[in-house]
Amino acid sequence: MNRALRYAGLLGVQVRASAVTSMQYRIDFVVEGAISLYWLAWNLVPLLILYGQRDTVAGWDFPSALVVIAWFTVLRGVLDGAINPSLVGVVEKIRTGEFDYLLLKPADAQFLVSTVKFEPWKVLDIVGGLGLAVAAFVMLGRAPPLADVGLALVLLLAGALVLYSLWILIISASFWVIRLDNLVYLFMAVFDAARWPIAVFRGFWRVLFTLVIPLALMTSFPAMAILGTLEGKTALAGVGGALVFAAVARALWRAAIRNYTSASS
Amino acid sequence: MARPPTAASAAPIALSPWRAALRATPTLLRVGVAETVAYRVEFVIWMLTTTLPLIMLGLWTSVAAEAPFARFGQREFIAYYVAALIVRNLTGSWVVWQLNEEIRRGQLSFRLLRPVHPFVTYAATHVSSVPLRSLVAIPFALILLVTSARDIIITDPVMLLILIAALLGAWLLTFFVLIMIGSAALFMDKSVAVFDAYLGVFAVLSGYLVPLALLPGWARAIAGWAPFRYMLAFPVELAIGFYDSRAAALRDLALQWAWVAVVIGLALAVWRAGIRRYEAFGS
Repeated sequence: MNRALRYAGLLGVQVRASAVTSMQYRIDFVVEGAISLYWLAWNLVPLLILYGQRDTVAGWDFPSALVVIAWFTVLRGVLDGAINPSLVGVVEKIRTGEFDYLLLKPADAQFLVSTVKFEPWKVLDIVGGLGLAVAAFVMLGRAPPLADVGLALVLLLAGALVLYSLWILIISASFWVIRLDNLVYLFMAVFDAARWPIAVFRGFWRVLFTLVIPLALMTSFPAMAILGTLEGKTALAGVGGALVFAAVARALWRAAIRNYTSASS
Repeated sequence: MARPPTAASAAPIALSPWRAALRATPTLLRVGVAETVAYRVEFVIWMLTTTLPLIMLGLWTSVAAEAPFARFGQREFIAYYVAALIVRNLTGSWVVWQLNEEIRRGQLSFRLLRPVHPFVTYAATHVSSVPLRSLVAIPFALILLVTSARDIIITDPVMLLILIAALLGAWLLTFFVLIMIGSAALFMDKSVAVFDAYLGVFAVLSGYLVPLALLPGWARAIAGWAPFRYMLAFPVELAIGFYDSRAAALRDLALQWAWVAVVIGLALAVWRAGIRRYEAFGS
């Protein structure tokens, strides 16, 4: 209990530090806002082209597909605002040996590494994504029941957890193999596929995006949950899978830290 | 008694800029190839990040499996996106990041000290990555050849020559547009944000995201005038036989090279203006 309180306090300090830094660049708020809007619009282009000629694709109509894009935008905001900024610098620190100083601090290294930096302005992406979701439900002409919204949020958390764990896995691997930071760019490129409902992919792609890189869990399952079409079994499997994934990442991180011998030795 | 060195042997041999560039090129290319081979794993991962055409391929083939989309069946989509992947791979450039990094760290100063124009040294790095890039592109080309797309690829020798010229034009156009955006870092901090915004426009108007034929009429009109389609859609459409006459292909080739000339001029102008500032800033 004490420990949890201490870490909550630490998290508060780190978030405050990031917030103070961002406040210095207030003009960024406008710039970031413009950039989010711009991408929001561009992201819709292929969707509009596709549904300009079809009413449904693989059983998904336009508003439902819009919910998936909304979820994708929200998750992208979480990723760019809370996960990527901290972790992007870690690989470089391991390479230069700066990582040693972090290990000397009296708190869990994974926690410290993961909370170094936040980008509060990315909240705008999340707001934009929620706006899309609202627009989709206006088109559908109904409001989602609260229980479904709750389930969707739980699944969104599970998706974020998987994303975070993938990052930790990549970092852990970079203790052994030095230059792996561009694996992250590879992953971000693949993550782009998450804007489409998983049902539109077939065969090889479906298996890849469901089991190997669980994009389905990140956007399609939460979207199906809020639309009320997700089976309970699938939801449970998704959350369970995310937890297992996180546990594996944590175990590998610990093994990697034990093996760490600093950059110069 | 040793004679004092004559002026002729002591002074460095002054070469015209063009001859200096020409003389340095083989060495620059050798260094570039060695660098690419040295960082091969990194290089391959970078190349794999070009996944967008493959994702779109997966998407559109399953859409087209329900029923053909406009005039695109599964076969056309496969041919289009595999060709797009190859063209993107051969013409890809990372010079924006390179410029940004070197400007930020001041490494650009070393490059400026060399007797060869920086455009030439940057271009050499990029050109020398093409052989390794082709190694990745060739398997995809083979897939294109042996799958059902075989009968839509062009075989007319004149069209093949036009295709080669178009690929060269696409490479030059991409490279110099990116040089232009990268040089903007000499004026502003956020040039990478500009590049991001550019990538968005590029993806839609170059036919990278969806074939231009699928865009709504007004967007297609914009795409027809903008330079972006000459970076990707033009060589792709040539390769998979969307052009039915040599005259039309030649006309677009002329337009493409006109854009190349314009963009090289613009890139030089931005670069010169920026370098004047850079020198003032660094001293």
